[in-house]
Amino acid sequence: MIQGVQIDLISSERLENLTSLEKIRMILEKVIDGNVIVLEKGLTPDEQSLLIETTMREIKPDGFAGIEMETYSSESGTHQKSGGLFSGLFGKKDHTSGRMTVIGPANQMKTLKKDKNLISAWVSSR
Amino acid sequence: MSFFIRTKKKLKKIISRLFKKKQMRIGIYGPPNAGKTTLSNRIVRDWTGDAVGPVSEIPHETRRARRKEGVTIADEKGNAITIDIVDTPGVTTKIDYKEFLEYGIESEEAVVRAREATEGVAEAMHWLREDIEGVIYMLDSTQDPFMQVNIMLIGIIESRGLPVIIVANKNDLPDASSTRIKSAFPQHPVISISGLEGNNVEELYEKMIDFFG
Repeated sequence: MIQGVQIDLISSERLENLTSLEKIRMILEKVIDGNVIVLEKGLTPDEQSLLIETTMREIKPDGFAGIEMETYSSESGTHQKSGGLFSGLFGKKDHTSGRMTVIGPANQMKTLKKDKNLISAWVSSR
Repeated sequence: MSFFIRTKKKLKKIISRLFKKKQMRIGIYGPPNAGKTTLSNRIVRDWTGDAVGPVSEIPHETRRARRKEGVTIADEKGNAITIDIVDTPGVTTKIDYKEFLEYGIESEEAVVRAREATEGVAEAMHWLREDIEGVIYMLDSTQDPFMQVNIMLIGIIESRGLPVIIVANKNDLPDASSTRIKSAFPQHPVISISGLEGNNVEELYEKMIDFFG
């Protein structure tokens, strides 16, 4: 049997058919299993917040130690696209999703280099 | 002082009390070891004479969010704000109890610390979505500000429409560079301070009054 790491590339279409909770559950189940996943379309800020919170609740001593996550920064640095005056006035949430995102187990994946157009990561098998 | 001016001032006070906003809850967020508790302690000590919590070089020394209510900050012109300061654990996406062993902490205690830290980070994230009304985002000026956790947290704060002041902390250290932080987050005000030495904290207080008032 070849030793290695499973990489799941998940299309934006598949992600769009899932609720936020389903997305986070799917991501964490795969990463806890030791897989690396690549999301064609990133998570919304609310989903990222929920992912951090849920990740923390899943961490176990000598087991799952959390996630390594990298995404390209947007063209305009970190600034999210604003929903404009009316969305600000009426409290409409900004659901701007990030660009392609890589998520893996923290004890197996390490980011070597990241810039606007490149994410370079090193992954070890268990 | 004339009768009219006195009356005008009294009227202004009554109106401002009537329409006074409730105290804003300001969360101090940032990665581990950015100096969040040091700044919280300084703010609270400067304005109430009290303290928030202990500090140390061990990551995740703050493992539970701590709140200090009713802290009034004023400037020389008489402008003031009253806020609740919420000091939060350093936000991260990974916590391994083994990192505490490097600081001479016993294995059992390290496991407990890690568990408390994970609960604290989860709680801090929950509060950011549900409870916090303004953010002081702390960064260590000697570190790379482009870390994913910073990009994510600032994005989350922006998406919630919360006012945020970025604090470039540890400007007393030789490798400190607030320029890097300003270039990473040009859309937000960045104040360079040393929470430990107290360098430039007056500018931060002025910005807080202006921004959160």
